[in-house]
Amino acid sequence: MSPEQTDVLIIGAGPAGLAAALAAASSTARIVLLDDNPLAGGQIWRDGPQAELPEQARSLRERVLGHPNVRHCPGTRVIASAGPNTLLVEDAERGWQIRYDKLILCTGARELLLPFPGWTLPGVTGAGGLQALIKAGLPVRDQALVIAGSGPLLLASAATARHNGARIVRIAEQAARGAVAGFAAQLPRWPHKLLQSFSLFDRQYRTGTHVLAALGSDRLEGVRLSQQGNIVEVACDRLACGFGLIPNSQLGQALGCALEQQALAVDGWQATSVAGVYAAGECSGFGGSELALVEGAIAGHAAVGEHPAAQALWTRRARWQGFARALNRAFALNPALKALATADTLVCRCEDVAYAELSGHVGWREAKLASRCGMGACQGRVCGAAVQHLFGWQPSAPRPPFSPARIETLLCLEDISS
Amino acid sequence: MPELILDGRPLRVPDGTSVAAALALGGDGCARTSVSGQRRAPLCGMGICQECRVNIDGRRRLACQTLCRDGMHVETRP
Amino acid sequence: MKPCADVIVIGAGIIGAACAQALAARGLRVLVLDAGLHGATAAGMGHLLVLDDNPAELALSKHSLQRWREIAPALPDSCAYRSNGTLWLAANAEEMAVAEHKYQVLRAQGVACELVGGPALRQREPALREGLEGGLLINQDGILYAPATARWMLQANGIEQRQARVSAIEGNQVRLDDGQWLSAEAVVLANGIQATDLCPELPIEPKKGHLLITDRYPGSVTHTLVELGYVTSAHNASGPSTACNIQPRPTGQLFIGASRQFGTTDPAVEGWMLARMLKRATEYMPGLAQLNGIRAWTGFRAASPDGLPLVGRHPRQDGLWLAVGHEGLGVTTAPATADLLVAQLFGETPPLAAEPYLPERFLGVAACA
Repeated sequence: MSPEQTDVLIIGAGPAGLAAALAAASSTARIVLLDDNPLAGGQIWRDGPQAELPEQARSLRERVLGHPNVRHCPGTRVIASAGPNTLLVEDAERGWQIRYDKLILCTGARELLLPFPGWTLPGVTGAGGLQALIKAGLPVRDQALVIAGSGPLLLASAATARHNGARIVRIAEQAARGAVAGFAAQLPRWPHKLLQSFSLFDRQYRTGTHVLAALGSDRLEGVRLSQQGNIVEVACDRLACGFGLIPNSQLGQALGCALEQQALAVDGWQATSVAGVYAAGECSGFGGSELALVEGAIAGHAAVGEHPAAQALWTRRARWQGFARALNRAFALNPALKALATADTLVCRCEDVAYAELSGHVGWREAKLASRCGMGACQGRVCGAAVQHLFGWQPSAPRPPFSPARIETLLCLEDISS
Repeated sequence: MPELILDGRPLRVPDGTSVAAALALGGDGCARTSVSGQRRAPLCGMGICQECRVNIDGRRRLACQTLCRDGMHVETRP
Repeated sequence: MKPCADVIVIGAGIIGAACAQALAARGLRVLVLDAGLHGATAAGMGHLLVLDDNPAELALSKHSLQRWREIAPALPDSCAYRSNGTLWLAANAEEMAVAEHKYQVLRAQGVACELVGGPALRQREPALREGLEGGLLINQDGILYAPATARWMLQANGIEQRQARVSAIEGNQVRLDDGQWLSAEAVVLANGIQATDLCPELPIEPKKGHLLITDRYPGSVTHTLVELGYVTSAHNASGPSTACNIQPRPTGQLFIGASRQFGTTDPAVEGWMLARMLKRATEYMPGLAQLNGIRAWTGFRAASPDGLPLVGRHPRQDGLWLAVGHEGLGVTTAPATADLLVAQLFGETPPLAAEPYLPERFLGVAACA
């Protein structure tokens, strides 16, 4: 079967991907917009029966998905590289190859999920994770929720949960009050940004507070917190805990794109170190949806050769990059979080590998072979990031299949034309 | 309002509901049993952690990235 | 130079570990040096099988399987040892004739096995496609997780391990890459594919292989399923080849192999080769196509020209002993290799004839006795 051909292939239909598609579509280029979620919007604009989309999201989505040059492939994942400028992808029904002239990676970020005692209990989720699950219909009405970890996402998650009838009994921000207050004081420089949800004056919001353990036997019953130096226990039905974001850079890395810190390195045109491959949004560094939108637009224009249009957006990008720096400074992680896991805390949830089986190894590969940590279906996406934080081990470079894939799909690699 | 079959029992859910949400609407919210026998529920909600793997119409898929459809058979793993 | 141990073993893979364990069991102090490179032990399938391409291969694998059965009760759970049997699959009458011949040969050697007809084949393995001619079940073949097994072997008293890269060997002395020289009564070279870095005269070539592992689907397969076409396609072809090899892991996952490529040292997973290998497996087990593969990787087998390992004294370097060139059978033949090596080191009569595996068959007769 010959590959599908497109001028621009965009991976990820969040704010960056949608903006990239809209910008690129202003030329005559044919665009394929791929996303592994069933609906466009990414994490922040995730739609669903319990979601409330901002007007900006709705209208951008409509303009992109209704554009005659754009083909949207929801529920579709990238599985492997299938030769020069060609990717193997899979949806619920089939696998196929897509050949592109230009590739724009808008693969977003995932939450840093750190192991602590009890974190495998049903009822414990990521912070953004809970928000995503609620938007897609997870019932939380009249449930007591603790939201913990770090960053503005905690407040956004709390807002979604409250809107759907949950009782928020605590929001535990690990960063110190001074740092968070400093950040909040700067917010007027970036109007609209998060102000609707960001409030230090939420009655349940505590800075300098982090989770120590999730309590319960078969499912979550409560949370033990270190709250400004005191240990407190709070009964709850759900704990949503995320320690900020890490860029989804694996696909770019597999294609040979250079990294900077943990994100995909880009130049002023959002171009990566690999010719013809661009990156925008959280996968190239954090900054929230406004930065993602402007980066996506720059990448989209640049990919179709409209450099003046791209350059016109540089000032706006610089402004939101300033926001990103303030954000990352304010919510830097407390070193105490490296000590949350105890000897029997599972670090690898796919293979059920405990902390004690990992400590003492010299590196990721050795620990992996000895313990099976990271050998499961998530391919180390969760535990790899955790051990990088806990032990400083560099996860190994991604290999195909980049996500679990039907063997039938992998068979499509046989007709690689090189 | 699609009606799916969750572990052999019919369940009607609102349009646009994910299978992950349906697990909580029609059952204990769990997707699978871990290697050491623990029950596990969706964690990341965004297609990364693989905790919400279930069998859907005979194929293993992620509950959090799959929308409920009429007649869909979902099996959580014992 | 003061000896740092009685024996230095280079390589902490399954061969080095088995040799070190056997030497330590004789009361020797053993220093195991390993460079921490990706070796075949970590990459392979851990399939324990009797192979009978020639009498020497049969003798070595049969003796080693017996030794594994003796070792098995002592192995910790993490080694995942199972005696699940190998089921060789015959797709047609010609391959069934090969199965029948194998059956005769193995029975004559006292290896427990049974011929399985077409209908009975699918009773034993319902996931196999219809229409296969039959098969040969080698009852006492098995599987294990080789990295954990090597680590267990290296925990024996008398073994010291050090992560270090050896940059040169001169007889019973080795130089580490920091320039330090170490010496011992004997040096055992057991570093698989890296052996030619230190002894370029060894006739060992890398043979690349791909593997894929699936998510957990417990109960779908019982025996290790290997096509009999393997005997011809994998061993005799010089170009890239694939063969159906499906192994159920105790985790409920399926390991899918096998591929062979010469003339490359690039460890990248190559999509076309992976696809070709998986296609072969789905031809035998069509339901595989709907299962999720979660990881693929490659490894390199250290292949000798006659397919047999080199075990014994290096004929041109006094004090240097070889245990290399095991190709795809290193895990199977590790205990037998260790027995052969230790017996030769101690000047004893080995439990099986050592001649077919002696390095001088490639390197010429010993210059110094």
